[in-house]
Amino acid sequence: MTDADKAEGAVEDPSAASGAADDAAAPTGAPGGGGADTAAAEAKPGRDLQQLWVCGFLAVLGVLVIVDAARLGGFTASNDPIGPKPVPIILGVLLFAVAAFYALDTVRGGHGEDEGANAGDRLDFKTVGLLCAVFIANALLIDWLGWVISGSLLFWGAAIVLGSRRYFLTLAAAVVLGLATFYGFAIGLGLGLPAGVLQGIL
Amino acid sequence: MDNLNSLLDGFAAILTPGNLLIALLGVTIGTAVGMLPGLGTAMAIALLLPITYGMEPTQAFIMFGGIFYGGMYGGSTTAILLNTPGQSSSVVTVLEGFKMARNGRGGQALATAAIGSFVAGTIATIALVFVTPITVEFAIGLGAPEYLAIMVLALVATASVLGSSRIRGFASLLVGLVIGTIGIDAVTGQQRLTYGVPELANGIDIVVVAVGAFAVGEALWTAARRRSGRDEIIPVGRVWMGRSDWRRSWGPWLRGSALGFPFGAVPAGGAEVPTFLSYVTERRLSKHKGEFGNGAIEGVAGPEAANNASAAGTLVPMLALGLPCNATAAVMLAAFQTYGIQPGPLLFEKESALVWTLIAGLFVGNAMLLVLNMPLIPVWVKLLRIPKPYLFAGILFFASMGAYATSGQSFELFVLLALGLIGLAMRRFGIPMLPMIVGVILGPMAERQARMALQLSGGEASGLLGGPVAWTVYGVILVIALWPLASLLRRRMTRDREAVAT
Repeated sequence: MTDADKAEGAVEDPSAASGAADDAAAPTGAPGGGGADTAAAEAKPGRDLQQLWVCGFLAVLGVLVIVDAARLGGFTASNDPIGPKPVPIILGVLLFAVAAFYALDTVRGGHGEDEGANAGDRLDFKTVGLLCAVFIANALLIDWLGWVISGSLLFWGAAIVLGSRRYFLTLAAAVVLGLATFYGFAIGLGLGLPAGVLQGIL
Repeated sequence: MDNLNSLLDGFAAILTPGNLLIALLGVTIGTAVGMLPGLGTAMAIALLLPITYGMEPTQAFIMFGGIFYGGMYGGSTTAILLNTPGQSSSVVTVLEGFKMARNGRGGQALATAAIGSFVAGTIATIALVFVTPITVEFAIGLGAPEYLAIMVLALVATASVLGSSRIRGFASLLVGLVIGTIGIDAVTGQQRLTYGVPELANGIDIVVVAVGAFAVGEALWTAARRRSGRDEIIPVGRVWMGRSDWRRSWGPWLRGSALGFPFGAVPAGGAEVPTFLSYVTERRLSKHKGEFGNGAIEGVAGPEAANNASAAGTLVPMLALGLPCNATAAVMLAAFQTYGIQPGPLLFEKESALVWTLIAGLFVGNAMLLVLNMPLIPVWVKLLRIPKPYLFAGILFFASMGAYATSGQSFELFVLLALGLIGLAMRRFGIPMLPMIVGVILGPMAERQARMALQLSGGEASGLLGGPVAWTVYGVILVIALWPLASLLRRRMTRDREAVAT
């Protein structure tokens, strides 16, 4: 789940989320971000300084990887001279390096592909949040309610969040889809989907 | 001739009513998913992979051949009609294809793309039949250090050659490598990066990574931009080609196939370079240069053929070396692994029947697409009229179904969402997705080879460098890595010279 937390930290609107800011501000300062903080103050248009969140994410990932690697027993055997430790350590160091260069690139005005199309847009984090909530509800309910009910709720909820206003039609489509996939894939093709509370009825 | 006999056996395995039906099913749903805007071939395969989990390996692979070509076919249709390339390899097709559709020649554009894909797919699959065994013979002589070198090459090349920014490519690659490290270490059995979460001990499934980053990420990205309006869809007339269209198309088809296959077969050659080369070549050779930029049929025929040939070409390193170089191959490799089959030089000896069935399935799927789907294009286009809320709700629905089915635990759904958020961030910041996917699957393999190499040399570091083959590969890696430095130096020098001159 650590990955998820950090991802959210990197994605959320930095101006709004103070909780997430604590999360990512520390590492942004640590690896080559010292100059970035001062640069953020004098942000020029055309530079996409939100990219520093990505650098922060990479650095946090680097810390996680190295902390975990340090915990590993460094034992070696004749059939495995280096053990499981070196690869994560190399990855951690590379993560710091890439985070630093990325920050440098950002401060110098670098940007990813088709930046003009996306960078300026205000992203609608409310819709994203609601969509995530619907998704998590499915994850929590699937084992109890079974795929047909929780999957239908997922489809219905997601369609409503994304702007569908024909509630009953959408619900009908969702239930048809849930039943069709359950009978087609779980019973027909042997896919492991749970029946949940409808066990014995379906 | 052995190969041809094995291939005929493969055909024999397919040509039963039940298996043909499965191939048809694969082709149909492959096309349907490939057509969905924003999703490409790799996505079609990743989303559909879980539905094969309950099948026999043979049938699963027949379905796969169908999904593989169906997904590509669907992707190019969307690219031409919606002006939205679902993947980077369709970018060039869109240049002329969308213009043709605008000019009322959408039917011809789709026809030349479809027939060109068939021609290129057939040529490239035949080439695959002959080239793969040769690659296998070469690969059988390679040891762990050589494999390590080739894998490092594939990783470095995907991260730095594709996309516009190397640093973002490497960031994506490193995230993928970290995800690949999660789980129980294969040699010592120690848990890495699980932080005490028992569900992480088996690692994160590549299907969950691909579906999360591509499909869930795309759904979140759409939600984030509040783009609920429908895209403009250009009506297609009858899908056919006149005599002059045929005359202008067959050359580009053949040249595109010839360009695409070798690029696909080389680790990390990719489809972008050959499609672009094909476009440039056709523009130079064309007698209708004026039409380029306004909808020239050659500009659709060539790149589309190159795209398909390159996709089939990537199966060579995938089957012969176990080396996936694009997202599609990475997901296919994962499919092999779910059946306990490890692609590589020994695959053709151990699982000969299965591989040849897969290859025969590619031929059959390709032919089915041409015969059955071309007349149906206008029907398929109706799929594009699905309102966005339903479309993306459906994508989330199927993504969740597939991810849950990989292990039967709802934990997978949380991982899926986490990766979807990473995918959302990558879209927002223009970070390429492919290096991450390739890193997840290739990273652990490279680590295993490195440790095996050291084991063979008794811990001597020189064991990592191996012999001349590995040295050559490392030389190539150095060239790729140092290339931007060289061009930077050249720019600096010319700038200095200009400064002196003024």
